[in-house]
Amino acid sequence: MSWLLVSLVAVPLAGAAILFAPAMARRGPLRVYGLAVSGLTLALSLLLVATFDYSRSAQPQFEVDREWIPGLGLRFHLGVDGISLPLVVLTALLTFLCFVYLCWGTGREPGQLLAPDSGRPRALVFTLLVLEVGMIGTFVALDLLLFFVFFEVVLIPMYFVIAIWGGAGRRTAAIKFILYTLLGSVVLLLGLLLIWAQTGTLDMVELARAHGAGMARGVQVLAFVAVGIGLAVKTPMWPLHTWLPDAHTEAPTVGSVLLAGVLLKMGTYGFARIAIPILPEGAAAVAPWLGAFAVVGIVYGALACLAQRDLKRMIAYSSIGHMGFVLLGLATLTPTGMNAALFANIAHGLITGLLFFLAGAIKTRYGTAEMPKLGGGMLATLPRLGSVLSYTSYASLGLPGLAGFWGEMLALYSAFQPAPGLPRGLFLAFMAIGGVGALLTAAYFLVMLSRVTHGVPRRRAGASQGAAAAGHPVGVGAHGDQAAEWGDWPWNEARRPVPAGPGSGVSVAEGLGEAKEQREVGGRGEAPVEGRPAAEWPDEEPIDFLAEAGSGDSGTRPEPPRPGPGDLPDIRRYELVAWTPLIVLVLVVGVWPKLLLAVTTPAVQALLGATP
Amino acid sequence: MIQSIDYFAIAPPLILCLVAGLVLLLDAFLPHTPRVRPALGFVTLGGIVAASAFLVAQAAAGRRLGTFCVPADLAASPRPGVQPAGAEPPCSFVVDQFTLIFAGLVLAAGIVVVLLSMTELATGAIPVGEWYFLLLCTLAGAVTLPASRDLVMLVVALELVSLPVFALTALRRYDGRASEAAVKLFLVSIVSTAVMLFGVSLLYGMSGTVFLADLARALTGPVTAPTVVTVGVVLVVAGFAFKIAAVPFHSWAADVYQGAPIPVAALLSVISKAAGFAGLILVLVTALGSQIGTWAPILAIVSALTMTVGNLLAMRQRSAVRLLAWSSVAQSGYILAPLAVQRPEAVSASIAYLVIYAAMNLGAFAVVMLVSRRAARNELDDYRGLAYRSPAAGLTLAFSLICLAGMPPGLAGLFAKVVVFREIVQGSLGWLAVVMAVNTVIGLYYYVVWTARLFTPAPDLERPVRLGRPGLATWAAAGLALGVAVLFSVAPQLVLDVAVLSASG
Repeated sequence: MSWLLVSLVAVPLAGAAILFAPAMARRGPLRVYGLAVSGLTLALSLLLVATFDYSRSAQPQFEVDREWIPGLGLRFHLGVDGISLPLVVLTALLTFLCFVYLCWGTGREPGQLLAPDSGRPRALVFTLLVLEVGMIGTFVALDLLLFFVFFEVVLIPMYFVIAIWGGAGRRTAAIKFILYTLLGSVVLLLGLLLIWAQTGTLDMVELARAHGAGMARGVQVLAFVAVGIGLAVKTPMWPLHTWLPDAHTEAPTVGSVLLAGVLLKMGTYGFARIAIPILPEGAAAVAPWLGAFAVVGIVYGALACLAQRDLKRMIAYSSIGHMGFVLLGLATLTPTGMNAALFANIAHGLITGLLFFLAGAIKTRYGTAEMPKLGGGMLATLPRLGSVLSYTSYASLGLPGLAGFWGEMLALYSAFQPAPGLPRGLFLAFMAIGGVGALLTAAYFLVMLSRVTHGVPRRRAGASQGAAAAGHPVGVGAHGDQAAEWGDWPWNEARRPVPAGPGSGVSVAEGLGEAKEQREVGGRGEAPVEGRPAAEWPDEEPIDFLAEAGSGDSGTRPEPPRPGPGDLPDIRRYELVAWTPLIVLVLVVGVWPKLLLAVTTPAVQALLGATP
Repeated sequence: MIQSIDYFAIAPPLILCLVAGLVLLLDAFLPHTPRVRPALGFVTLGGIVAASAFLVAQAAAGRRLGTFCVPADLAASPRPGVQPAGAEPPCSFVVDQFTLIFAGLVLAAGIVVVLLSMTELATGAIPVGEWYFLLLCTLAGAVTLPASRDLVMLVVALELVSLPVFALTALRRYDGRASEAAVKLFLVSIVSTAVMLFGVSLLYGMSGTVFLADLARALTGPVTAPTVVTVGVVLVVAGFAFKIAAVPFHSWAADVYQGAPIPVAALLSVISKAAGFAGLILVLVTALGSQIGTWAPILAIVSALTMTVGNLLAMRQRSAVRLLAWSSVAQSGYILAPLAVQRPEAVSASIAYLVIYAAMNLGAFAVVMLVSRRAARNELDDYRGLAYRSPAAGLTLAFSLICLAGMPPGLAGLFAKVVVFREIVQGSLGWLAVVMAVNTVIGLYYYVVWTARLFTPAPDLERPVRLGRPGLATWAAAGLALGVAVLFSVAPQLVLDVAVLSASG
């Protein structure tokens, strides 16, 4: 069964490579193709779940161990154990759901892959698939350098996801993201090479079994600090978090979902897999500092959330707080804490992934994610969306019975009794501060809900003009004057060019026109498609549309619907399909935490086996 | 005294010289029609391929070839302290793994440069015969240099690499920038040669021999005037530092790269640099290994300064060629770093980095050449939307730049950096590792900003859209460089193995 792990990495990679074929330039099959490749990967990961031997979850299974670059001592060593299994499935699931969100139905709804205002669908599918390769690879690599290579693989695709499909300030945010995380990974590399120079092996299994034998304490501390800084940037740990809010705010919905749902986990996974088991003495020396930064992060994240006006930015800051709980659990160096961290990891991936989906949906509808501009009363105007948002927020603030609770609770609990050798008084203080942070977490989510979902909906005049001024990515900026005609909501404006069904060429003609107009008006270079039909990038060739369109011509354009003001669509079908698994899982994991803990516990105990 | 010459050993440079003469003759006697220009290019290519074939044959022979050796009867009466009795007589020209890898690198890069030249020369503004003659002379020097095992031969070969480049730079007549670049390069090069010759003469004075192997023996153990030896070592290092544009002898790089025709800039950044590094490694490791305590700290500081200054200057550039110039200075810093580790084995990391750097840098230059046909100023803004106008060129450049930055999917660049980092960390040069880590991030900034431009739609669409047929040879060059870079990404083992072998033999 060793082919299973290889194929988990190879399927998305091959899927991305096939996209280079000229035949893939047509937009039509792209939708099905993205779904199929990510669906196949998910199916493989489910097969992994089904065939995984749970009685031996402490050992790496499905191992593949081949030489790749002997000159570097780099082996192609993959394996999955109780720690990485849930994360692999989470990655495959979230990627698939992102594709569901992008491709379900016609794929032409706002925010979807083939929406008239979304540029370069082929490149987006390609980028997401490469991203998936890096994410899954990171979680199954059992060689330090291989881990590092996969760790790096995600950087460039994520950069392009933010820089090409992001919001108005995307360029700065993307540069900040990549420079920050690269600085982290270079320091990580130095730490890994230091471990290698001292022990002469790159094999994680062997190193974890040695529990730091062969490395002096000073070396271990140095290596832990280097590896820790590298991972902490990715996690992100306060004060190395400053790239995160910008990246999240500017990233498109799927980018945010994967960034929060999976990429952040790569940092904490690294702690659990590399830093703590391989460098136990270094971990023991640095753990109090790690715990301190973690609780500062919890409180800082919560306070920052209270001050946010932008919904996406608020969720981003809430991630910093939640990751603080994860780090606090790790810092205790106990099996309980480690379990808490791994549990909170998964829970955060599910909940925050869903939250970013919701924030994206809100941003697409209202044209903004600024809470004051949303106007409140969502439960009245969009009852379903409002309910799901409330549900997810409750889960995120740690309501017992939902997924978010167990991670936070166990993390605080483990701080009550940290590993012997760690200053207990200090950790008790951490626990107390963390508890306050948990309270603040509840506070900001409730404030957010009171602002957004509760209250009386009020209509504000000129909402779309405001959105247009803000230059949001839906592409309505150029149509400010027409907006009044179509109704005030940018949603209607954005929906207008969407054809009633497939087989209409109108959307293309308009899409191009819109792009051109936008370029003329704003010159922001935001236009998603080249203004000229003869653009060389095959993605942009509108040939197949025109062929499909037949006699489609703007003269025969059907009269668009003229919905009344405030008539925003509630949850659409494709959104529902993409969100339902997450909604269900948040509940299932929350009600039945043993499901996850049973898988991780043996592995955690094995990893911490000889730590003091 | 009659020396026997092993013509098989000296075949590659010999062929290059003969073809150089042939090209000059053909140019003189063939009619000057537009069809002759590519024909001469193909003759040149043929010469390089023939030289490469002999190189392959030498590699297949698998033994160390030496020629221009001290005759056995002379070697048998050793001067005291220089030549222990019974040792192999020293040779001036040796073909071993080190020679083979550098010569192979130079010839492969030579093919790319000739392909680029065919595009550059298509306009007819540059005399074709002289161009190829000078180019082949440079290549002959660069192939000879890594085989040189005595100081005189080393200096002569290095001059053979340098002198034709001045002329190549200035061949575009009535071009103020090119002339300025040529004069700058000339002055800098002359000064560096003078400095190096002074250092060489001091070393010769102290040891009484010019052969590197003998020099190493003479300088092992107590020497009569250590200060003089130290001065000699420093001067030799300074001389080579000019050639590889290391700080503080870097300031000529950007102006010369920008003023010179693009194929010459590519040649300077790869072939000339490779020759400089080959000489540096030969002198330092083979001859001055005993003085490692003197030159390793100097190299560490020079390396840190070179990468930092190069990267900081590259960040400010708006011109593509100037950016590549400073980036190649920064990359010199990375290549120097392992040499500063006080272990002879670390040299293989430098060689591996150099080989990978050559592939990725030539890929970038090839695309810059393509774009220069369209946008004379060749600024970074001219690259906007290149990936949509011409996906092949855009993707090639993007891959080369990401490789230079050292990130996946440019795995070649990543592994090259990992190898260098490994040597530094193992050599306990922690501060240098940190400096290099920071520099990697600075470097990433400008590479990624340039790459992102490739994927941003162009502001105006009135410019010519297609990169047309005249660049056919350049397309081949870009394809070749890209292919090698991709190959190294998938199987970096190819480079690493050879580099380790060459460092040992």
